[in-house]
Amino acid sequence: MHYHPFIIPFTAGAIILFAIIIFKFIAWYRKLDKKQRFYLRKNILTVKSIEAIKETFQEALIHRNIYKTNPLLGYMHMSLAFGWFLLIVFGKIEASLHAQTLFEEPWLAIFFRFFVRDEHKFFMSEIFPPLMDFLLLVILSGVFLAWIKRFKSSLLGMKKTTKHSKFDKIALASLWWIFPLRLLAESSTAALTGNGSFLTGTVGNLMAVLNLQNFEIYFWWAYSICLFAFFVSLPFSRYMHIPTEVVLIFLRKWGATAGEEYSGYTDFQLNACSRCGICIDVCQLNFTANIQNVQSVYFIRDTRYKHLKDEIANNCLMCGRCVEACPVGLELTVIRQQLRNKKEIAGKHYYDYAQPEQAEKKYDVVYFAGCMTHLTPSIIISMKKIFEEAGINYWFMDENKGACCGRPMRQQGFIQQSKDLISINQKLINSSGAKTLVTSCPICYKSFKEEYVLDIEIKHHSEFINELIENNKINIHNSQKSIVYHDPCELGRGCGIYEEPRNILSKVGNLKSSGFEKQNSLCCGGSLSNAIIELEDQIKIRNHALENLTTCNPDVLATACPLCKKTFVHGNKAKVMDIAEIVAENISLHNHSSKQKENNRIKTKIKL
Amino acid sequence: MKNWGFKIAEPRTLDLDKADLKLYSKIVEKVPSARRCLMCGMCSATCSAANHTNFNFRLVHHKLRMGMFESLNSELDKCMLCGKCRMLCPRGVNTRAVIYNMRIVLDNMYYKNI
Repeated sequence: MHYHPFIIPFTAGAIILFAIIIFKFIAWYRKLDKKQRFYLRKNILTVKSIEAIKETFQEALIHRNIYKTNPLLGYMHMSLAFGWFLLIVFGKIEASLHAQTLFEEPWLAIFFRFFVRDEHKFFMSEIFPPLMDFLLLVILSGVFLAWIKRFKSSLLGMKKTTKHSKFDKIALASLWWIFPLRLLAESSTAALTGNGSFLTGTVGNLMAVLNLQNFEIYFWWAYSICLFAFFVSLPFSRYMHIPTEVVLIFLRKWGATAGEEYSGYTDFQLNACSRCGICIDVCQLNFTANIQNVQSVYFIRDTRYKHLKDEIANNCLMCGRCVEACPVGLELTVIRQQLRNKKEIAGKHYYDYAQPEQAEKKYDVVYFAGCMTHLTPSIIISMKKIFEEAGINYWFMDENKGACCGRPMRQQGFIQQSKDLISINQKLINSSGAKTLVTSCPICYKSFKEEYVLDIEIKHHSEFINELIENNKINIHNSQKSIVYHDPCELGRGCGIYEEPRNILSKVGNLKSSGFEKQNSLCCGGSLSNAIIELEDQIKIRNHALENLTTCNPDVLATACPLCKKTFVHGNKAKVMDIAEIVAENISLHNHSSKQKENNRIKTKIKL
Repeated sequence: MKNWGFKIAEPRTLDLDKADLKLYSKIVEKVPSARRCLMCGMCSATCSAANHTNFNFRLVHHKLRMGMFESLNSELDKCMLCGKCRMLCPRGVNTRAVIYNMRIVLDNMYYKNI
């Protein structure tokens, strides 16, 4: 039997680690809701599990997503994760081959060089020392990069890194020292016995010169204690993401989704956050308004350790830039929403005053402008013009007395009020018998898509106009103006509508790129989700976004959201227009009645 | 004495020394811009809820400042938090946050976070 007292810290640490992890996983599993468990049972024995293994390999070991942020940063994570993984796997194979059983002492693989001091004499034994040395070298290069990152993170492509808590620092320090100590321990043994290879052998010779090889046993002790410290601090530190991320990938593949309420799945997501801090650099509150404590990484940390403050949960634009950047793929905005939700009050009803009326007759299309669109009447006028030109039998649902779609309420966590508003609007929409619902506001659009139960097609006006143009219902001419398109958060990242607006704009003008396109688009700062920041900060965000969007001096800054338009207009930097306005401006009138109306409009304008 | 059909009204002075301004100071602490309000009424003019009912944010804010918040709770329930008022405020008051925080403070029993 291979035994020495220095294996005790390692073994004890490993036992504690596995006990805590299993305990935590069971506790979270029990908190999963029925739907999530149903999917889990349904898909566990399907091809989805194999896909999950593939993704685990790509994300948890290779860290493909971090390579997209910065190659060097990706290499750092890969060398540590994949390198260590291979070191464990090959260590285990080596130990098993040596012991000629699969069930040798579990610590033999870790301290192999100490226990097996002679020349290796077993099957393929000459391969392992150089292989293990190579892996150790790869890991050490990763550790070296990690040290550099601590002192100057910009070299690895990160402007700001996470400010860590005490526990994280302990875990981090022990992780940093595990591999240098392993190198020292193996090298000192190599100096005494000559069982090292190109790395440990060379370092061993160096140590022999300095007469350090006699400290061999202390190095092994230090190595073991470092492992103990890391194992014990792992479940309570950010390194809990190592086991949790794997489970999360499997749960996600099996079809679990984050619901409206905090559940066990949220716990898995919270713990899968590695606090890498990639979300800090993309957060507009950070780099424009200099707000440093609300980013997703801190929000997730505070939630996980249960000291989340209202100010932090609410201070977020919910623009979704961090969701796109997150290498683990956490649904950060959904989690934040879950934490914002307030309790419902049984039996209480709101908005009795807004009783749903009936639509007067049947229509083909319902147009819901949305509250914000009423602040930008030019969009409404343009939409009316487009509807009339296309000859559509439409109903302007909230022309006089509209109720809000309910999403602003929901974003502040007032679920019950939101549901009441939804039921009012739902009854109204259903009474019209229409097949299509068109809305001008991306906030309403997302709400209709996600929270309403409607049996009709829901379209944002950019989708709708695009279809009209494709089907030749309206004709437009190219104005040759240069246009930059700003993706509204809720429409782009929120609903994935990127192509339709661009398609329209490339037909009416000269579409230019701003450098902040699609998933990387900026928030205008007017977001309704943030009830904390004041006007001063909003202006900073807006000005920064405007500056970046108008670098190529476009004639028109186009957007598809009344809120973005209203916010940008105040910036006085460029002519801001909604897509509907641009189309209405460049429409070639054919329809007789709309022609007449347009003439009348011009006449009254001249009279005024 | 001849009846003229009207009489001299009682004075309606509010004694601000006696008014309960605890709530107002709490709100101002959370939304400092509330101090800037000059009661122009732009918020009430654009209000979505005011299309349906007599909800009036200016009045609500005024009552809050005077410490008269007995009836505010049911009044605030009419707001839909759509945020139009905030976009129009010429003084840059975060009106929406004022309502949000008033709700939380007045109805703390229900709206405490998890």
